[in-house]
Amino acid sequence: MVYLDNSATTQPWDTVMEAYQQASYQYFGNPSSLHRLGTEAETLLRKARESMASLLKIKPEELVFTSGGTEGNNLAIKGTAMKHMNRGKHLVTSTIEHPSVKEAFCQLEAAGFTVTYVPVNREGLVDPDDVLDAIRDDTILVSIIHVNNEIGSVQPIKEIGERLAAYPKLYFHTDHVQGAGLLPLDFKEAKIDLATISGHKFHGLKGTGALYVREGVILSPLFHGGGQERTVRAGTENVPGITAMAKALRLSRERLEYDQTRLITLKNKLINDLEGVEGTVINTSKEHSAPHIINVSFPGLKPEVLIQALTKRQYHVSTKSACSSKLEEPSAVLLALGAKKEQAESAIRISYSIDTTEEEVKGFMNAIKEIVAEIKL
Amino acid sequence: MIYDHILVRYGELALKGKNRGDFEKTLKKNVQHALKDHPACKVKRTYGRMVIELHGENPQEVMNKLSVIFGISSFSLAMKSMNDLEQIKETALQAYRQHEGEKATFKVSAHRSYKNFPVRSQELNRQVGAHILRNTENVSVDVHNPDVEVTVEVREQGTYMTCGRTKGAGGLPVGTAGKVTLMLSGGIDSPVAGYLAMKRGAEIEAVHFHSPPYTNERARKKVEDLTRVLTSFGRPITLHVVPFTELQKAIHAHIPSHYAMTIMRRMMLRITEQITTKINAKAIVNGESLGQVASQTLESMHTINEVTNVPVLRPLITMDKQEVVDISKEIGTYPLSILPYEDCCTIFLPDDSVTKPRREKAALYEKGLHFEPYIEKAVNNVETLTIGRSTAKTEVMDDLL
Repeated sequence: MVYLDNSATTQPWDTVMEAYQQASYQYFGNPSSLHRLGTEAETLLRKARESMASLLKIKPEELVFTSGGTEGNNLAIKGTAMKHMNRGKHLVTSTIEHPSVKEAFCQLEAAGFTVTYVPVNREGLVDPDDVLDAIRDDTILVSIIHVNNEIGSVQPIKEIGERLAAYPKLYFHTDHVQGAGLLPLDFKEAKIDLATISGHKFHGLKGTGALYVREGVILSPLFHGGGQERTVRAGTENVPGITAMAKALRLSRERLEYDQTRLITLKNKLINDLEGVEGTVINTSKEHSAPHIINVSFPGLKPEVLIQALTKRQYHVSTKSACSSKLEEPSAVLLALGAKKEQAESAIRISYSIDTTEEEVKGFMNAIKEIVAEIKL
Repeated sequence: MIYDHILVRYGELALKGKNRGDFEKTLKKNVQHALKDHPACKVKRTYGRMVIELHGENPQEVMNKLSVIFGISSFSLAMKSMNDLEQIKETALQAYRQHEGEKATFKVSAHRSYKNFPVRSQELNRQVGAHILRNTENVSVDVHNPDVEVTVEVREQGTYMTCGRTKGAGGLPVGTAGKVTLMLSGGIDSPVAGYLAMKRGAEIEAVHFHSPPYTNERARKKVEDLTRVLTSFGRPITLHVVPFTELQKAIHAHIPSHYAMTIMRRMMLRITEQITTKINAKAIVNGESLGQVASQTLESMHTINEVTNVPVLRPLITMDKQEVVDISKEIGTYPLSILPYEDCCTIFLPDDSVTKPRREKAALYEKGLHFEPYIEKAVNNVETLTIGRSTAKTEVMDDLL
């Protein structure tokens, strides 16, 4: 089995699973309980928070644990909107956001907020000038995805952040879910106020995630309750899940330096090879894309057919984003970059993890060649 | 050539005579302790300086750890060369080139503590400066206000080049002033008092009064965590946890409530004195600040202090609360200190404590208590633990992470 759908989710590592299991058995206490078991769970939680904070180069207090990317994005966006609506009701985002961002903004529009959607160019990149132009006196939030989950385009987050720093009254959020594992941002350097990450995208477990909330940023909570996570996110902390996520992040970062370069080479190789197949359109920018995502269209071919044929050969890839692939529609992201309907309907996404090997990619390419030849007949 | 050394400087003026050896030895030990996670680092003493050979360790991480060690006045990344003029010139140029930050203007400051080296300091300044000027563009010398000071230190074992310096934590190496006991409650003040005592070179052993079940596990853990924060400024710290419940109950039962607080403090001081003697410490440190609360008025201190003639040092005595809070935030004890767990000072606390207790009255009330057996029992049952940077338990947790 060759798994090349790592933007959808990654396989949890064995050591991560072991950490989860041990933490579940040994530190099952509620971190808020006063007895020894509670105290120990609280200590483990604190250590996990410190470990992740140091890897992310932020303060431990700046990390709010969540249930994953969707919650993090919702908390950042709605939490800002609800808390600061008296200051203004204008929001800025891009046209190629993940559904959890897009839909959060839709809900806010229905509630009376105004949203400006900044367009992207053919490579799937927003122009920082456009973002700056969109800002008004009553803008309270700018949210731009870091690495797009469908095509892998990498937005100039640092440049945008640095320029937005001139507007201290608005917050800058980035959906860092796809970047956290293989293309990490330095939040402080990029002057980001809020950043979402998700554990299962870097070999942690589903149901775990975190939101970076810069010191001084105040959010209105989505969940109210027992005051956990400094009251921003009530609910008993998922100590084993958080432990597993901290471990997965550490292991990923230890390998990053070596594997990032390796994956970029693998990405460029695959793009070149796919270009060699007649009729393909590469939707991923070679230059401005993450190390792990390649999006390619086969105009005229139904992607479902391609995926079925690949699955039969034990290769697993996606059409569009897993979160929206159930809808029988052309990819909104590809349409946003100006792709024709045929191109937007026939895209598949190949996504690597830090474990992806050269042999796997070679095998995949051979399978594609065979299948295309077969179907075209 | 890369920056593969760190040159550590310490306050030299105060250090003449036979103190110097002790001072340097202790500082070296403390630096080695702080750099435990960087096993490749080698720490070497040279006269008046300490040199850390990095051997591939991350310089920034090492410097972060050095920045909190007391006794260091400043430190710099350094390159080493042989004592040869051409090599010195070339190494200095490399040091200048690889220096990050503003560097449009510079000056060279050479020190030739190895007098057998034939080129004198002034001549070295000129030669090294000229070499940098010849090999760079848009750079000029400014001897009054340079962006970068390129120092060239000629020592017997080699010459060290540095550009710029980072200020150290100052103070004296922990351990050089001798040992004290710190009365550590878990509030904001006492950890700061401990920190300041460490800053002046004191090695501390902490004493905490624990009254289970009235004070809970969390309160005790909080004190352990606070102690652990303090270890980052020195070495592992011994924590003495005194079982205080029985004595506190007895006070509550037999002493008129308006004197209960005063008597409790006198008992704590008696117990601390005994521990102090036992561990051969020479003073007691606490977090009292004049007039802050009822137990810290001059009259209270006068009455409480009566029970011991071991010096009681009060580093915070003249500080405002806000100044103490600022330091606690800086050293990282604040977020722990404000966790809301009761300590032994807040349980059974009567609301009618006298602010001007008198020695005679305190002594009179104590007479009816027969407290000696309680004190003896408390001292004999002290639980002593060493707080290092990690414990067996936290190591299990570290494995999970």
